[in-house]
Amino acid sequence: MNVSYLMWIPLFPLFGAIVNGFLSILTAHRKEGPPKALVAWIACLAPAASFAVTVSGFLALAGMPESSRWLSQRALDWIAIGSLDLPIGFLLDPLSSAMLLFVTGIGSLIHLYSVGYMSHERGFARYFAYLNLFMFSMILLVLGDNLALLFVGWEGVGLCSYLLIGFWHEDPAKAAAGMKAFVVNRIGDFGFLLGMFILFWTFASHGKGTLNYHEMQAQAGLLTPALATAAGLLLFLGATGKSAQIPLYIWLPDAMAGPTPVSALIHAATMVTSGVYMLARLNWVYVMSPDALMVVAIVGAATALLAATIGLTQFDIKKVLAYSTVSQLGYMFLGVGVGAFSAGLFHVVTHAFFKALLFLGSGSVIHALSGEQDIRKMGGLLKKIPITGRTFLVGWLAICGIFPFAGFFSKDEILWKVFSWENAAAPWLGKVLWLVAFVTAGITALYMTRLVMMTFFGKSRVDHHAEHHLHESPPTMTIPLVALAVGSILVGFLGTPDIMKMGGNRFDKWLEPVFAAGQAAAHGDGHGLLLADGHSSATAPHAGADTHGTADTHGTGTPNPVAAEHAAGGTHAVGEHGGHHNAGLEWGLMLASLGLAGAMIGLGRRLWVTSPEVPVRMAQSFGGLYRLVFDKWRIDELYAAAIVRPLVNGSRKVLFAIVDQRVIDFAVNLVGILAKIGSYALRFFQTGYVQAYAFVILVGLVVIVFLGLRPF
Amino acid sequence: MDSVLSWITFLPIVTAVLLLAVPKEREGLIRGATVLSMALTFIFSLVMLANFRPIAEMQMIEQAAWIPSLGISYLLGVDGISVFLILLTTLLTPLVVLSSRHAITERVKEFHILMLVLQTGMLGAFVALDLFLFYVFWEVMLLPMYLLIGVWGGHRRIYAAVKFVLYTIVGSLLMLVAILCIYFDHHAQTGQYTFSLLEIYRTSFAPARQMWYFAAFALAFAIKVPIFPLHTWLPDAHVEAPTAGSVILAGVLLKLGTYGFLRFALPLFPAAALAFQPLFLTLATVGIIYGALVAMVQTDIKKLVAYSSVSHLGYCVLGLFSFNLQGYAGSLYQMLNHGLSTGALFLLVGVIYERRHTRDIAEFGGLAQVIPWFTVVFVYVTLSSVGLPGLNGFVGEFLVLMGAFGENRLAAVISAGGVVLGAVYMLWLAKRFLFGELSNDKNKTLKDLTAREAWVLAPILVLIAYMGIQPKPMLSMMEPSLKLNLEAVSRPGRAGHSGGHGALIGADRERWALAVMGTEYRRDTASAQGGVQ
Repeated sequence: MNVSYLMWIPLFPLFGAIVNGFLSILTAHRKEGPPKALVAWIACLAPAASFAVTVSGFLALAGMPESSRWLSQRALDWIAIGSLDLPIGFLLDPLSSAMLLFVTGIGSLIHLYSVGYMSHERGFARYFAYLNLFMFSMILLVLGDNLALLFVGWEGVGLCSYLLIGFWHEDPAKAAAGMKAFVVNRIGDFGFLLGMFILFWTFASHGKGTLNYHEMQAQAGLLTPALATAAGLLLFLGATGKSAQIPLYIWLPDAMAGPTPVSALIHAATMVTSGVYMLARLNWVYVMSPDALMVVAIVGAATALLAATIGLTQFDIKKVLAYSTVSQLGYMFLGVGVGAFSAGLFHVVTHAFFKALLFLGSGSVIHALSGEQDIRKMGGLLKKIPITGRTFLVGWLAICGIFPFAGFFSKDEILWKVFSWENAAAPWLGKVLWLVAFVTAGITALYMTRLVMMTFFGKSRVDHHAEHHLHESPPTMTIPLVALAVGSILVGFLGTPDIMKMGGNRFDKWLEPVFAAGQAAAHGDGHGLLLADGHSSATAPHAGADTHGTADTHGTGTPNPVAAEHAAGGTHAVGEHGGHHNAGLEWGLMLASLGLAGAMIGLGRRLWVTSPEVPVRMAQSFGGLYRLVFDKWRIDELYAAAIVRPLVNGSRKVLFAIVDQRVIDFAVNLVGILAKIGSYALRFFQTGYVQAYAFVILVGLVVIVFLGLRPF
Repeated sequence: MDSVLSWITFLPIVTAVLLLAVPKEREGLIRGATVLSMALTFIFSLVMLANFRPIAEMQMIEQAAWIPSLGISYLLGVDGISVFLILLTTLLTPLVVLSSRHAITERVKEFHILMLVLQTGMLGAFVALDLFLFYVFWEVMLLPMYLLIGVWGGHRRIYAAVKFVLYTIVGSLLMLVAILCIYFDHHAQTGQYTFSLLEIYRTSFAPARQMWYFAAFALAFAIKVPIFPLHTWLPDAHVEAPTAGSVILAGVLLKLGTYGFLRFALPLFPAAALAFQPLFLTLATVGIIYGALVAMVQTDIKKLVAYSSVSHLGYCVLGLFSFNLQGYAGSLYQMLNHGLSTGALFLLVGVIYERRHTRDIAEFGGLAQVIPWFTVVFVYVTLSSVGLPGLNGFVGEFLVLMGAFGENRLAAVISAGGVVLGAVYMLWLAKRFLFGELSNDKNKTLKDLTAREAWVLAPILVLIAYMGIQPKPMLSMMEPSLKLNLEAVSRPGRAGHSGGHGALIGADRERWALAVMGTEYRRDTASAQGGVQ
C-alpha cells in the first residue's frame, strides 16, 4: 500500500542534523557554542519523532493481511538513465519495521544519554549534528526500497562513523582510527558494488534491469546458482566490512576511540548489524546459493570464537565490549548462515538492547571515574554507582545467556538452529559449528564475568584522584540505562522457543511473510507464500524429511538450501509438527548451555574476585600464547606487513620514482631536448615579453577572421 | 536569442580586445570589466540552458560561410553532451578570476586578457561543429595556458610550461594532419569539400584508414585527458601553475580530451574505436589504479590532487569505452563532477598557499583547530571527490562502474579498486593536513576563509550537493544525445544494449548522421543553398 508519511522518518533527523550543523559552523570561531539546551532539544526530538512515526507505521502493518503486509512511498526521483531507474523510495514491511523500531527507539535513548555524557564538550552541537546525520543514514539504509539506497545509507553511516570516531580530531590516534574505519569499510563496499552490478546486469540482460527489492525478488528465477553465489559472496564481503567480520573486523576495536555513546549506538546496536540486515533483505539470493550461506556460517562462527578469545585478555573496558560485539555479530551471521534468518535478526534485536546497555554502562563508569578505562584500576564500584552497576549486571546476565534475560532466548535459538542444520554437502558441519558456538558461549560468559568482577566487585583499585570525584551519573544518563535494562529483560519474550509453550516465537511469526516470500521466489514459486507438500519436485523431499523428524540425517542427498532453512525450523509450522521428536534434545541443549554459562560465571567469580592471583599466574605460564592473544593475534601487524607497507613503498619507490619520473619522463625529456636543438634557430621569437606573445596571438586571430569575413 | 552561442563564445575575446586599450595601471577597471564580461557570458549560458530542449539532435545551430572555397564554415551548435560542459566553463572561469584578486598582483592586465582569450578558446571548442573551427579554438586555448604557467607560475615554471606545450603540440599536429586527411577522404567519397562535422558524420571511412585517423585524434585527446602513460605533463603543470591555471586546467581543459573522444574520435571512426576498445579499457583501468597509488605517496598537495585527476579521468575513459548508456552517462557526469570537486580542491589549496606559501603536507596538521570553516569545506569537497553517495561524485562513479561491468567485468572489478584507493589518498591527506596536533607554530595564526573566498566556493558547493541528490533532471537532458551518439558504435536495433557493438555503415550511418544534424541544421542548410541559387 502506498502512503505518504514514510519520508518523515528519515527527514526529522536530517533536519536536526542540518540545523545543528549550521549552528555549529556559525559559532565555530566563538568561545562558546550555540545554547546547549536548544541543541539538545532539536537533536533528541528528531529521532523521537522518527520513532513515533515508525510506531504508527508498525501498527498499520500489524493490521494488514499477511500476504500484502507492506507500506511504500516513492518520494523522489534520483538516478535514472536508460532502463536504470533508482528512485528514493521507501518500504516498510515486517523486516524493516522490526529493524527500524529498535534503531529509532534505542537511538532516541542514546541521544538522551549523550546530552549528559557530552555536556562538557565544546563540540556539543557538532556531535549532535553527526549523531542526527547518522540516524538519517541508518534509517535510509533500513527503509530504502532498493539496494542502491541501502548502499547510500550504508556509506552514510560509514561517514558518520568516520566523523564520530575522529570526533576528538586533535588526537592523531583518534583521527587515524576514523580513517581506518572508513578505508576498511571501503574494501567491503568494493564487494558490495560488484555484487550489486551482478544482480543488475543479470536482470537487465534477461528481464527488467532493477535493484528494487520486490522487482528483483519477482525475477529471482533469472539468477543462476553460480551468479547467486558470486553476488552473495561479494555482498557478504561488504557485510564483513560494515559488520566487522573476518577478514575486515580490524577497524571496530580501534573505533572505540569515539565517544562512548557512539560506540553504543553505531558500533554495537545499529550500524554494525546492517550487514545482517542486508543478508536478511536479500535472503532469496542466499537461499539460492548454499555455498555462499556455508561461507557466511563458517566466517560467522570463526569470528565469534576469535573475537571472544581476544576479549578474554583485554584490560580496556571498551575494548572488551568491542571484541564482544565482534563475537556476537559472528553469532548473528552464523544464524543467518544456517538459513535461520529470523534467528539471526532476533539476536540483532536483543543484542541491540543489552550491548547498548553495556556500552552506556561502561560510559557511565568512565564518566564516574573521570575518564579511566582500564579495568585494573576499577573494582568494587557496584555500591558507589548503584544504578549504573545494577543495570550493568542485567546486561551481563543477558549476554551470558541466563534465563530469562534477552540474550538467553536469541542465543539459544541460534545454537539450536545450528545444531539441527542439515547441510547436505557436509552433514557434520552443523555439529562442528555448534560446538564452536557453544564453546564461544562459554568464553563469552567467562570474559564478561571477568569484566564485571574486575569493575564492580572485589576491592577497589581506583586511584585517589578519581576516587575523590566518583559520582553516579545524572538522570539523562541513568534513565536510558534503566530503560535498556528493562528492555534487556523483556525483549527476549518476543521469541520464546515453542517447546516452552509461552506463546511461541512471535518474532519469527512477524518476519515469516518476508522470508517465506523469499523462499518461494528462490524456488520459482512466485506467488506462493508457504511451501506446500509436493508443490515442486525440489521442495518435496524436504517437506517430507521435516515431517518425519530431523533425527534421520541421511538427508536424501540434495544440496537444496530449503533443506537447511526448513530443517533449521525457519517457519512456525515446522516447529510444531516436526519439533516433537526433538523436544527432548532441544531441552537438553538449552540446559547444557545454561549450565555452561552458570559454570563460567562461577569460575569467573572465583578467578577474578576470590583468588585474583590465579589468572596472573596463568597468563605467565602461557606466556607466548597469552601474549599472542593479548596482541589480538597480531592480525593488524600482519595486514600492515603484507598489504599496507608493500603498497605504499611500491607506489613510492617503484611507480612514482621509477615509472613516472624515470621511464616516462625520460622519454618526454628526450623529445624535448631534440626539439630544443631543432628550434635553436627559432630562438629569435622567444622574447619573453607577454605583450609580444599576446600581440602575435591577436594578429593571428585578426588574419583568420579577416580571411573569413573578406568579401568573395 | 538566435545567436546565443556566438555571444557566449565571443564576448570574452571581444572584452579582451577592448581591454588592450585600457592602461595597465587601471587594475580596478580591468578586473571589474573582466568579471562583468564573464558574468554576462554566464548569463548568456543560462539563456542557452533555458532554451535547451531535451532532444538528441544538434540545436541552436548557427552557420555561416567562412572560407567557402575551402569548405570551411562557421558552424556552432549544442546538444546534451556539450550543454553542461559549456555551463561548467562559464561558471568556473569567473569564479577563478574572482579568486585571483590577491594571488595575481603582477601583470594584471595581461592575466585578465589571457583568461578571457582562454575562455573563448574553451567555449569555442565545445560549440564548434566545423573541424577547422574546432582546431582553431583548440589551438587558441594552448597559448594562454602556456603563458599562465610560464609567467605566473612557480620555480620550475619554464620546464612545466614547455613540457605542457610539447606534449600538446605533438598531439594536436597529428590531429591536424588527420583532419586534413578526412577532409580529402570525405571529398573522395562524396565530391564535397567540407570541414563540417555534421556532413562528415555521414561518411563511413574505410576501416583500415579509420585506424590511422582514430590513432591521431585519440593521441591528441589522450594527452589532453590525460590517459596513462601520457600524463606526466599534468603534475608539473598543476604544481607550477597559479591557482587560476590549475582550476581551469583541471576543471575544463582536461574535459576537452574526453569531450573530443565523445564528439569526434568515437562517432567518426566507430570501427577503429571498437578495435581500440581493449587498449583503452586497459589504459583507463591502469590509470585509475596507478593514478591513485601515485597520488597516495605525494608530499605536495597539488601534486596529489593532480595524480588524483589522472585516476578520476580514468573513470571517464572507462565509461566511454564501455560503449553503453550507463558508461557514457557516467563518464559525462564524472567530467562535470571532476570539474567541480577538483576545481574546488585547487581553490582551497590556493587559499592555503596564499597564506603559507607552501604546499608541503608535512608543513601542516591540526588546521581544523584554527580554521574550522576551511576544514568543513575541505572535508565536504573531499567526500565529493571520494564518491560519497548523496554528493555528485558517487553518481558518476557508480554509473561508470556499472556500465563497465556490463561490458568488461575484469576492467570493472579492477577499477572498482579505485574506490578504495580514492578513500585512502584523500582521507589520508585530510588527516595529515587538517587533523592531529597543531604542531607547526606558523599555522597557529592562520586566517579562516574570508567572505570573498566563501562566496567563490559557495556555488560549487551547492552544485556538488544538488548533482548528488537530483541527478535525474541533468541526466535526462543528456540522455537523448548520448543515446544517439552511442548508436554510432551499436548495431541497428540493439542501441543501448551491451554486446550489440558494431560500426554503423551505409544507409544506417546516413540515417544516424541526419538524426544528429537535426531539423534545424537541415532547414538552415537548405535555405542557404536556396539563397545561393
